[in-house]
Amino acid sequence: MLKTFSIGGIHPAENKLSAESAIQALPIPQMVSIPISQHIGAPATPIVKKGDEVKVGQLIAKSSGFVSANIHSSVSGTVFKVDDIMDASGFRRTSVIIKVDGDEWLEHIDRSEELVKEISASKEEIIKRVGDAGIVGLGGATFPAHVKLSVPPGKTAEVLIINAVECEPYLTSDHRIMLEKGDEVLVGTQILMKALEVNKAIIGIENNKPDAIAHLTKLAANYQGIEICPLKTQYPQGGEKQLISATIKREVPSGALPIEVGAVVQNVGTAYAVYEAIQKNKPLIERVATVTGKSLKNPSNWMFRIGTPVKDIIEAAGGMPEDTGKIVGGGPMMGKAIASVDVPLTKGSSGLLLLPREETARKATKACIRCGKCVSVCPMGLEPYLLMVCADKKDYERLEKDAVMDCIECGSCSFTCPAHRPLLDYIRLGKGKVGQIMRARK
Amino acid sequence: MSIIAITILALCAIGVTAAIILYFVAQKFKVYEDPRIDEVEEALPAANCGGCGYPGCRGFAEALVKADDISNFNCPVGGAAVMSHVGALLGHEVKAADPTVAVVRCNGTCENRPKTNQYDGAASCSIAASLYSGETGCQHGCLGLGECVEACNFDAMYMDEETGLPVIIEDKCVSCGACVKACPNNIIELRKKGPKSRRIFVSCVNKDKGAVAKKACNVACIGCRKCEKECPFDAITVENNLAYIDYNKCKLCRKCVVVCPTNAIHELNFPPRKEKPAAKPDAKTVKPAAAKAEVKDAPKAEPKANDSKEETSDNK
Repeated sequence: MLKTFSIGGIHPAENKLSAESAIQALPIPQMVSIPISQHIGAPATPIVKKGDEVKVGQLIAKSSGFVSANIHSSVSGTVFKVDDIMDASGFRRTSVIIKVDGDEWLEHIDRSEELVKEISASKEEIIKRVGDAGIVGLGGATFPAHVKLSVPPGKTAEVLIINAVECEPYLTSDHRIMLEKGDEVLVGTQILMKALEVNKAIIGIENNKPDAIAHLTKLAANYQGIEICPLKTQYPQGGEKQLISATIKREVPSGALPIEVGAVVQNVGTAYAVYEAIQKNKPLIERVATVTGKSLKNPSNWMFRIGTPVKDIIEAAGGMPEDTGKIVGGGPMMGKAIASVDVPLTKGSSGLLLLPREETARKATKACIRCGKCVSVCPMGLEPYLLMVCADKKDYERLEKDAVMDCIECGSCSFTCPAHRPLLDYIRLGKGKVGQIMRARK
Repeated sequence: MSIIAITILALCAIGVTAAIILYFVAQKFKVYEDPRIDEVEEALPAANCGGCGYPGCRGFAEALVKADDISNFNCPVGGAAVMSHVGALLGHEVKAADPTVAVVRCNGTCENRPKTNQYDGAASCSIAASLYSGETGCQHGCLGLGECVEACNFDAMYMDEETGLPVIIEDKCVSCGACVKACPNNIIELRKKGPKSRRIFVSCVNKDKGAVAKKACNVACIGCRKCEKECPFDAITVENNLAYIDYNKCKLCRKCVVVCPTNAIHELNFPPRKEKPAAKPDAKTVKPAAAKAEVKDAPKAEPKANDSKEETSDNK
């Protein structure tokens, strides 16, 4: 029997419409807007001003702390302005807007397709250069990668787990990276292993991607210490704690980080970005995103430059269908609806889902019938129905006691609720408040 | 017979022993409570709204009795009358605090602030605010889901279906501040009620630059500083593209209301102006009327902009 995580989980319709579509390069737009905060942590500080000439790969905003990330120009051209523009959630955030002129790269970036297997950089060098390249977790959470690679003193990493699960329905970008950039991903994995000083890496892939499992298993024979671990398809296996439970059968304690059980988890897209940064000197200026939806003409995977407007990628996939009711940034389970098609794609954009109107409409909320389905599907073993009530009634003490902070916001509870109660919305609200209270107490 | 007598006697004996023990225990563990706490609590309005910042009227009474100086304490529900009564009970001088009232600082009605998207999530302002900027282009204004109305314990608020904004019923508002805390966008403020309930305030909290604010909402404060220059009492400050009127300095001269190009400054409960026919009407109709006034005023401003454009193109 295939491995999976120990408790909870659901299996929504997979709808991997774009799995057969090879990654294509999205044409460079005329104007890009690159937000200075595309990661968890402190926003970067812009170091360019209006009128500056920039090249592809040039640093335009500097990391402003340990948990922060550098931002590089994804295009060459002139800085049009540094201004507040609307982000995907509709709030105005500082961005660097660049008018594109040609495609001139910085000279030290190696743009050849040639595979470089030899890892010459040392452990410290790797961590430093991953930080310099502005690499963040590309699974969607955008946590700066160099922070995860810096193992705190007193702790040791035993195993690196590469998250190639892609448990979100519809999304196929990681799947395509594994098929098309298999060797690069494996070299990236070895670089990460070197940085963490571990000699074992496990790549977890769900069994709805048999071609990726077969391809990587064949390639992995040439690399030492990398094991491919096929997993039973189950949402939310891509959650760090769930993946650790599935692959090495260890449970991360409440409130602790994976390093507590000797594991470090990185996304497969991150491994590819690390390969490019260390072997090719290329900072994180582009990534792969899936554009998909049942009514979309051409669901496909695109390599886009950071800062490209959402409407460009929709145009490339055959234009917006008439019946679009909601555009979701990310997958259907954890993604968020975006406020406008003019907003830029960022480091965290793993996909764009155009949902038809009839599928997006929320159904009327009814009373909780205490069926307990939300409890049985919660992968963290929480009681979502109770947390929702506590959040609604502002009982923050009880929320904290009932471990609301362990919620990974996967949305399994809301998905499964037969009364269509917006469980996660309330839990997320309560989690935010409890987080504030806990920080204030420190 | 004797069984009944013995039973009664035994019970009496137990009762007396228990009473004696309880008497000494009560003496030993007696907790002294200031009798004035009860008196003060009696004097308070028993609304238990928490507007004073203490957990209910009892909590407030305890704090009042404990305090050496009660001039910083105020019961917003009872106002000056209750506070002077409490002052008399405790033997303190009490200065009458100015009565305040809640004010909604957003005039982004459906007409003034067009919707750019549709929200169909859980009907709660805090949840909407935690997800995104709201249904309109303005990320600062009213989200229109009525969490403030739900928070009000005094039936002093309702949602106006036509405008999509909350309305405060002045006579019922006790200024407890529950709505202020409930609003995730901080658009409600407790302001001085003013003589004859007359007051002036900037009905906007948009901190975006003028052009962005104006594009999102017709009646947004664009931070043009005209009111700041006009004010003879230095009561108006413009910070982060947003004007704010200090109600302690404001002398209610209404000069700022006239100069505001977007009608973002509201006056409430003033008699109609005599000299101008297009005067602002009074309190209860001021919101929809302000919207209409905006439409009337708009053409006046626009031709100027057009003229200058034409001139420049001619020059070219």
